[in-house]
Amino acid sequence: MSSEVLMPALSPTMTEGKIARWVKSEGDSVRAGDVLAEIETDKATMEVEAVDEGILARIVIPEGTDHVAVNTPIAVIAANGEEVPEPAARPAAKPPPPEPRREPPRDTGRAGNGAAPPASVALPISEPEYAGKTVTQTVREALRDAIAEEMRRDADVLLIGEEVAEYQGAYKVSQGLLQEFGARRVIDTPITEHGFAGLGIGAAMAGLKPIVEFMTFNFAMQAMDQLINSAAKTRYMSGGQMSCPIVFRGPNGIAARVAAQHSQCYASWYAHVPGLKVVAPYTGADHKGLLKSAIRDPNPVVFLEHELVYGESFAVPDDPEFLVPIGKARIARAGDQVTITAFSRMVKLALEAADELAKAGISAEIVDLRSLRPFDIATVVASVKKTNRIVSVEEGWPFAGIGAEIAAIVMEQCFDWLDAPLRRVSGKDVPLPYAANLERLATPQVDDIVAAAREVAYR
Amino acid sequence: MVAKRKAKPVKPAEPDVTPETLKQFFHDMLLIRRFEERAGQLYGMGLIGGFCHLYIGQEAVVVGMQAALTEGDTIVTSYRDHGHMLACGMDPKGVMAELAGRRDGYSHGKGGSMHMFSREKNFFGGHGIVGAQVPIGTGLGFAHHYRDDGFISVTYLGDGAINQGQVYESFNMASLWKLPVVYVIENNRYGMGTSVDRASARTDLYHRGTAYGIPGEQVDGMDVVAVHHAGIAAAEHVRSGEGPIILEMLTYRYRGHSMSDPAKYRTRDEVNRVRSEHDPIDHLRQRLIDGGVATEAALREVEKKVRDIVAEAAQFAQDCPEPDADELWTDVLAEA
Repeated sequence: MSSEVLMPALSPTMTEGKIARWVKSEGDSVRAGDVLAEIETDKATMEVEAVDEGILARIVIPEGTDHVAVNTPIAVIAANGEEVPEPAARPAAKPPPPEPRREPPRDTGRAGNGAAPPASVALPISEPEYAGKTVTQTVREALRDAIAEEMRRDADVLLIGEEVAEYQGAYKVSQGLLQEFGARRVIDTPITEHGFAGLGIGAAMAGLKPIVEFMTFNFAMQAMDQLINSAAKTRYMSGGQMSCPIVFRGPNGIAARVAAQHSQCYASWYAHVPGLKVVAPYTGADHKGLLKSAIRDPNPVVFLEHELVYGESFAVPDDPEFLVPIGKARIARAGDQVTITAFSRMVKLALEAADELAKAGISAEIVDLRSLRPFDIATVVASVKKTNRIVSVEEGWPFAGIGAEIAAIVMEQCFDWLDAPLRRVSGKDVPLPYAANLERLATPQVDDIVAAAREVAYR
Repeated sequence: MVAKRKAKPVKPAEPDVTPETLKQFFHDMLLIRRFEERAGQLYGMGLIGGFCHLYIGQEAVVVGMQAALTEGDTIVTSYRDHGHMLACGMDPKGVMAELAGRRDGYSHGKGGSMHMFSREKNFFGGHGIVGAQVPIGTGLGFAHHYRDDGFISVTYLGDGAINQGQVYESFNMASLWKLPVVYVIENNRYGMGTSVDRASARTDLYHRGTAYGIPGEQVDGMDVVAVHHAGIAAAEHVRSGEGPIILEMLTYRYRGHSMSDPAKYRTRDEVNRVRSEHDPIDHLRQRLIDGGVATEAALREVEKKVRDIVAEAAQFAQDCPEPDADELWTDVLAEA
């Protein structure tokens, strides 16, 4: 049976092209894979190969012909020994009609529009009240205990990063872990963030559960491609076949007097990315409970700590099964006149601001966001519906920051409840300066939060 | 790790390759060749979109290597990955359907040509960022080492990726920790349109692990039997706990870097010369016939069988529906 060779497209947008050259002549016998002709556009060239064996019975479009429409028959291949009838005159074939495109459901950020909720929004999560035994310990000890408990529980959990083993952690988070678990599971790396982040991701894809420590998240920028393109996207790109159960953790945000390259909040960078979970706790209990949840989570989790919080002490649950769910905010202080959202170290400043505001007769509700992706919209919206006013606080830059996202959420979900526009308190829109006075000016202070709250309260 | 034996020589006496193995090589290479030609045609018809990097010319590398491995070994490569998937035993129908962005593709249409995976076949992708698969493959080796399961990672990369920094970060850690990784550099002479000598200060890429104490060997990547022998020796070396090894496969891609390649950076004569003088499939075909391993008629049977597999895959891909709209929202995160 004879078959037609059609004019191919070099790209989905190409509609016509030129037959640059016929490599085979009429009457030539051809085998599958033989190059028949070369096609070109102004940009590219491509070879057309025979699919079946046979005789090149007829060249319909001679070489040198330009503006040949895609899918026009350009030649006829006959089976060996077959007669080929003259073709009836026919118009150039049109490209096949495109498959009907189904519009994807619109992501309005609201649940209940028939589509699955976007992964950035937390589903309703219950968090049981913890009533068990607690111990007073620092955040760094709470993190250490969380790691140790999970490593005891699951032999696939390991800790890898710079100075995590012999040095006992650059910020002393991993103290004693090498002694308990040995060098097989507590692994010092060379200073190669890109490499060991990618290595951890490969190990996670193979089923291990690495905790990758970045000495600070500033250095994780070296590994950004692996975090975003490999860790976050592979489950989706594999149609759910691949999993990447990994935790990237370390200090984030503004430390003291280390200047621009070592002081930056990456919360909005990571929170932007579907396929990641992002948490930034403040209290000791939340550090412990969220890190344990992160280690048990089958997804890549970015766990943002803070150098200036490591030494703070809290009452921390002493229970290996104590977990804090990812995706749930916490009311750190109840109030009814203004909502203040914050995460990580900024919760401390917001609580201090609330004390100041109380002296002025303003009742502030502090929402400790804890999770940035998925984001607990319900808790923030419920608070705004109660207080009718909101201030967001973050160390990061204002533009396209977490506060900007909260402003959008409030606009979309509870605009009619607002009695004043949202105000953002954020790091100033400059690289962080070194000088003590300038550094103070560039970072959010308690006074800034108080002023913003008074402004939205018109008091 | 398996009991640490004394280092094996990298090049043991060449084991015999059975006639059956040789015939299987012919089948497997031809399947990749015909599959890729058909993929090119479907691209031309607009049924495959975006980037599509064909493996035509390089078939001997992956076929010879994969046959040297044990079930349980893990594989990762870059975006020129269709041949690797077929050589890992993945279903041509599922691969072609994914190329066409259809529901029954390996990634349900969400990955495409460059992003396909098979847990069942231990194929870990299919990665679109040049060099990014190298730390990942090193991590696969790390997992084998951690679990002491006796399996190895085979990490494929191109001559373009070999200049990426993360490759050397990986070499360092793999050698430092004696991870069981075979790094297979597929040197097809061009990273996109830039020839190796215009991109690399030293063009003998098998030396690239020297600074890390990683042995390397250069192999005729157009000779499937040579590849196979090198693969067996390399796999044995890393499996014995001696740490990683590098194999540089000298090969050639006949087609453009991707489908929109201007073909201006090399001469037609160069391509034709390799095709006519060094084609890995023609070379093996001649060897089979000259050695009396297979008759012309028997090889034609193989060709017909391969053609049918490819035709079936292409038809399957075209008949398969696009993914459901609901698929947009699935597989972003796993249920915690």
